[in-house]
Amino acid sequence: MATIVESPKPLTMADFKGRVDPDWCPGCGDFGVLAAVQKALVELQIPNHMICTISGIGCSSNFPGFIETYGMHTLHGRSLPVATGVKMANPDLTVLVTGGDGDGLGIGGNHLTHTIRRNVDLTYIIMDNQIYGLTTGQTSPTSRIGMKTKSTPFGNIEGPLYPITMALAAGATFVARGFSGDQKHLTDLIRQAIQHKGFSFLDVFSPCVTYNKDNTFQWFRPRVKRLEDDASYDASNWIGAMEKSTIWGEEIPIGKFFERTDLPALHEAEPVTQGRTMLSYPLHIDPAAAQSFIDELM
Amino acid sequence: MTQTFSIGIGGAAGQGVATPGDIFAKIFSRRGLHLNAYNAYQSIIRGGHTFLTIRAGVDPVTNMGDTLDLLIPLNQDTMDRHLRLLAAGGACIYNADSIKPGEHAEGVQLCPLPVSTLADITKNKVAQNTLAMGAALSMMAIGFESLESVIHEQFGKKAASVAEENIAVARAGYDYATQHFKPFANPVPMTDTKYAVLSGNTALAMGGAASGVKFYCAYPMSPSTGVLHWFATNGRKAGIMVRQVEDEIGVVNMVIGAAQAGVRAMCATSGGGFALMSEALGLSAMAEIPIVVIDCMRAGPSTGVPTKTEQGDLWQMLGAAFGDYPRVIAAPLDIGDCFTLMHEIWNIVDKFQVPGLVLADLLLSEGRLSVDPKILDFKPPIDRGEMITSPNGHGEGGYKRYLITESGVSPRAIPGVPGYTHVVASDEHDEDGVLISDMYTNAQKRRAMMEKRMRKEKGIAAAIPPPRLQGPKDADVTLIGWGSTQGVIEEARAQLAEQGITANQLQIRWLVPLHGEAIVDQLHGAKRTIIVENNYSGQFARYLRGETSFVADGHIRKYDGEPFMPHHIVEAVREQLAGDTTLSIPTHEIMV
Repeated sequence: MATIVESPKPLTMADFKGRVDPDWCPGCGDFGVLAAVQKALVELQIPNHMICTISGIGCSSNFPGFIETYGMHTLHGRSLPVATGVKMANPDLTVLVTGGDGDGLGIGGNHLTHTIRRNVDLTYIIMDNQIYGLTTGQTSPTSRIGMKTKSTPFGNIEGPLYPITMALAAGATFVARGFSGDQKHLTDLIRQAIQHKGFSFLDVFSPCVTYNKDNTFQWFRPRVKRLEDDASYDASNWIGAMEKSTIWGEEIPIGKFFERTDLPALHEAEPVTQGRTMLSYPLHIDPAAAQSFIDELM
Repeated sequence: MTQTFSIGIGGAAGQGVATPGDIFAKIFSRRGLHLNAYNAYQSIIRGGHTFLTIRAGVDPVTNMGDTLDLLIPLNQDTMDRHLRLLAAGGACIYNADSIKPGEHAEGVQLCPLPVSTLADITKNKVAQNTLAMGAALSMMAIGFESLESVIHEQFGKKAASVAEENIAVARAGYDYATQHFKPFANPVPMTDTKYAVLSGNTALAMGGAASGVKFYCAYPMSPSTGVLHWFATNGRKAGIMVRQVEDEIGVVNMVIGAAQAGVRAMCATSGGGFALMSEALGLSAMAEIPIVVIDCMRAGPSTGVPTKTEQGDLWQMLGAAFGDYPRVIAAPLDIGDCFTLMHEIWNIVDKFQVPGLVLADLLLSEGRLSVDPKILDFKPPIDRGEMITSPNGHGEGGYKRYLITESGVSPRAIPGVPGYTHVVASDEHDEDGVLISDMYTNAQKRRAMMEKRMRKEKGIAAAIPPPRLQGPKDADVTLIGWGSTQGVIEEARAQLAEQGITANQLQIRWLVPLHGEAIVDQLHGAKRTIIVENNYSGQFARYLRGETSFVADGHIRKYDGEPFMPHHIVEAVREQLAGDTTLSIPTHEIMV
């Protein structure tokens, strides 16, 4: 018989502290994202062992090592299919996926589109710094035109992706943008994203203090404007969200762009996981079903 | 040699070659006959040339054979290509309205059917097929009732009237043949045994289901797609989740995710898809998450010949993913073995927490074989290895996912178990999963972790049986093959024996780890060794030489997309014994 170990006291920030300290550069935006995720988990009081944090490869993808949950550090760009497998085999787990803009929008872009359309119930946080950091500073899919990097020493001539627009177009049921420099707001977005049943997309500005000298904390701070501060903004209006999603310049909207709750998550639509996990099935399949498979061949 | 009866049915894709094939297969298996069916086709939905061979007999029929007893050409093209395959005593049943016979061997019976007078061809588009089936049954001296009942099953799903109409057409063909054509000299026999007939893809899927696979996903790719189709059709009934994914990279990573969550998860693909999966095999090995990947080989490289067979992916498998890591690679010997091998490899993969690779090919995947239904055991032993699925007191902070052990295997806790949280990592890591790749690199720990993982190879080798020499110990020639060539080499040996040449056979099923010493022992004293394989470069021969320094005396290779026929091997052995060559490349005479 399995004994259920109940936490005797409420979970605190200390309970979610990882075994090793982050190896990010001092001042990196990723510290703020980690803290906001830990705060959101404390607010939600989800037991550590019922959370699986999954990442790809890159600076921000070292995230699972810095938080006390079950974790998977996978391949560059492949966190989402791995996370889909975890969630679909065991829908009881809360699945968090973290990674960078190169990991999720570059090498993993194909998986992102399809994980969104499947509405897999997980929270995907892109720690977007508009640069490749771990490879020491090359252009990324969200780098702006003109940006000088090691791979574009004369300035980037390619246009950037708009992650929010892309997520909305692919059919994401929860789409938000946060800023590592606005902790309270970001924590609230992460909490909502985890609570959302279905695919939650969070693009978080997480400045790279070493390689991106254009999009710094100082650059973002005066520009970001919370959608929540605009009483007329309606996050259930997809067209309105699409319009807001491409705004970029002196003003950059952050906050919850869109949410809909009328669509089933993939494990809710999947007939074999109605109220059960795949682990709960006996190893040997039902003998009557097995016999029927053989009979069909006779 | 035992008696067999072979039927060839050919036509353009869309002309309905499959239905008569299914019906003959059912009739034969219900008469207690073994059968083997192989469909030569092209990557086209309508048109082209499809040629199905069904060969039946009282004893196991392991391959398509060398000749035909009956040819049913559904168009002129098929008649022109295949009439010469009929030997004396054979017959060709064809539509006299539209098809003209050509040159044929002496003693071949031409059986023209006046299709438009026997059936209303404006109403029944496949009348020529159904008439031919009826006629064939009469000539094989099989009672009409067996055809009647199969047609009921086949067409009854649509409407009773459709079945009745087809039965009437078949009856007309049956009666016409009884009056006008000569029956075959040897009537098709009958036994009391009942066989199950299945494709290799169905066997691989059912074998997976029987092994306790709970998660299957795939991207469609010939010739592996049949595995997906079986799971998609039957998954809900069996309690198996089935997903179609955007690409093979997504497929294998999703399998790894489901496996990490604690279930047996697998996927199947062909060479191109396998190439996309290779990086993730390294993840499976590094993170020590057991998975099974099936590669149904087709002729490569690149898109290659999607509908043709080859044993050309061995080196891709040996070299898949960078770095050194333990893996298991096995090649099923026949379609029945596609079922049996699955639970064997799964128990090893789970026990040692490594990726397991199954190397099937189009010949197995899309061929069909009769098997004793008893081998389709849905209660095989399932050993999931050292797994922690509930808290047992050892967790509390002290759990090390990658604990260094003598066997190299560390107990595996799955997410959801309190007290065992840890990170599984793609980067090199310490015993507790902390990365030692970036900030905390450590040469001593890296070496210890490499050695821990690689120690598993020893345990795996001990868990798999070495190959055994089949046939007489002291033979004129020893034929060495791997995987799907088991049956055709076996039949070639029987034919050689009739010609006074004794041959034995060493067939390799477990490719990695390879029991090199046992193989060299078995081959010690062999008079002449010849390696038979369905590829250009002798991939297995090169591998065997690399692992053991063993160099075979000769080679028989085929890389035209079609499988070996027994006579190809027989003739090659003869020319090599005569000293003419050490490398034989048989010509595939059938124009498909």
